[in-house]
Amino acid sequence: MRAMVYRGPYRLRVEEKPPPRIEHPNDAIVRVELAAICGSDLHLYHGLMPDTRVGTTFGHEFIGVVEQVGPSVENLRVGDRVMVPFNVYCGSCYYCARGLYANCHNVNPNATAVGGIYGYSHTCGGYDGGQAELVRVPFADVGPAPIPEWMSDEDAVLLTDAASTGYFGAQLGEIGEGDAVVVFGAGPVGLMAAQSAWLMGAGRVIVVDHLEYRLEKARELAHAETVNFAEHRDVVVSLKRMTDYLGADVAIDAVGAEADGSFLQHVAAAKLKLQGGSPVALNWAIDSVRKGGTISVMGAYGPIFSAVKFGDAMNKGLTLRMNQCHVKRQWPRLFEHVRNGYITPAAMVTHRFGLDEIAEAYHVFSAKLDGCIKPLIVPGAG
Amino acid sequence: MPHTPYTPDRPPMPESPEQLRARIPGWGADLDPKDRPAVPQERHEPEGTGARRRGFPERQPEERPRERSIEHGTLTPVFGTSAPLRGLSGVVRRYAYRRFGEGRAAHWLLLIAADRVDVVESTVLDAVRGRPDNLIAETGVRGELTHHGWSSRVGAGRVDVRHEALDPLIVAGPWVLAGLGVVAGVRALVRRARGR
Repeated sequence: MRAMVYRGPYRLRVEEKPPPRIEHPNDAIVRVELAAICGSDLHLYHGLMPDTRVGTTFGHEFIGVVEQVGPSVENLRVGDRVMVPFNVYCGSCYYCARGLYANCHNVNPNATAVGGIYGYSHTCGGYDGGQAELVRVPFADVGPAPIPEWMSDEDAVLLTDAASTGYFGAQLGEIGEGDAVVVFGAGPVGLMAAQSAWLMGAGRVIVVDHLEYRLEKARELAHAETVNFAEHRDVVVSLKRMTDYLGADVAIDAVGAEADGSFLQHVAAAKLKLQGGSPVALNWAIDSVRKGGTISVMGAYGPIFSAVKFGDAMNKGLTLRMNQCHVKRQWPRLFEHVRNGYITPAAMVTHRFGLDEIAEAYHVFSAKLDGCIKPLIVPGAG
Repeated sequence: MPHTPYTPDRPPMPESPEQLRARIPGWGADLDPKDRPAVPQERHEPEGTGARRRGFPERQPEERPRERSIEHGTLTPVFGTSAPLRGLSGVVRRYAYRRFGEGRAAHWLLLIAADRVDVVESTVLDAVRGRPDNLIAETGVRGELTHHGWSSRVGAGRVDVRHEALDPLIVAGPWVLAGLGVVAGVRALVRRARGR
């Protein structure tokens, strides 16, 4: 089968690989119809994630058709069209029993600090991902769900991570009626978090980024006020002014490891890999939220230390909440919101590439060219 | 008039709930935390999500020795089998897993070092196998021509563009310096050996 293959930082190509096989009785093999590149894939692409091996296939956002099932699979049949959460999880361990699917303890031998994720390095379990023609889906009875007939493929593929993660991020913010919510990052997760904040009763939603075309999307899609931090000498002070010097009630970090805006932080993390991530957005969140406020961290960071302003967080009495999203827990409610038009994931899709064009797709997304917000990969195209 | 934090009341909402409901589709649909599926985040056996208790899962056969974190009590019953350990990078990775827990920086720094070794090994190996890397195609830089590389950057006010010219220097600099150090070290050793 043809699959995207990692060759080293900023380098990938399409190769012919042996097709995946049933390795466990509860496995399924899915033929991928549509996949997406996630902002967090760029951390792998840039060589930030430890134990990212040459030869692995990325991709944790995908939908497709079940091609084969293992002998113990009961909930899926060959031919079913399914959407697959980015979490690989068993449904039966200590954590899964408590709904913490992102923290499953039965699927990732390489680390206990993170669960299993498709196509996200050996640090996340060593599973190949869905930017390929075929993919192995472990615990097929647990994770995948049939795509509802009324749902578009674009909505379905975005619900496997970005849309669910944005919605989850707003929930972790514990937003109350009338709260001022500031979202750092106008990528897909930030846009979805901003849309979701309104559902939870926010009184104001402010989105911060430096890419004007993304801020325009935040205004249009998420009805948000926007701040282009490149135009402000000190974005924290500007946010304080906007909130009558109180600060926002809730701040959501939807940027993560490669945040720009502080040259030293960005270079130390994204370029020299001297810290697990560049916590510029997280530090701005800590400093701009009001005392006693809540910070929700959706941005992904690597496992080594990062220079986070913990003293400020402590002295301000902040609540910091974070996790990878437990995707499938969000779905029943999110399906209703998508059907009602309250959340519009497909509206973020800007580009479609065939699998053969995937190196170009990564470059365009990584370098933020051509107004790119969300690129999709169509393995069957071309 | 003093600003908000100097007085006891929270600032008034800029718009009333009715106004927001009229303007924003779905405003307040999840106002009640009970409607939010991840609240509380830890909830025993949340309904409607397909997960079910099945006891300890059947074990996936371990067809070759699988490296694992020493913070795990056992090999997990299911694991990925992409890109098994091989070569010098495999030796470094195996050592990082066997020797250091996840709380140790050495564990992660060794894994990152092994990633770089892996790139060199794989590039050489594939060149020898007749499948050399095509750096132009693999970096996707063609996208600069097909997707408006120039106009996406110039005049867009992006902060990353301000340091983009320096990036290659910053990324390549430590490698070049390390390379020069190795060369100088080797030359010194050779000189010393000849001097004897």
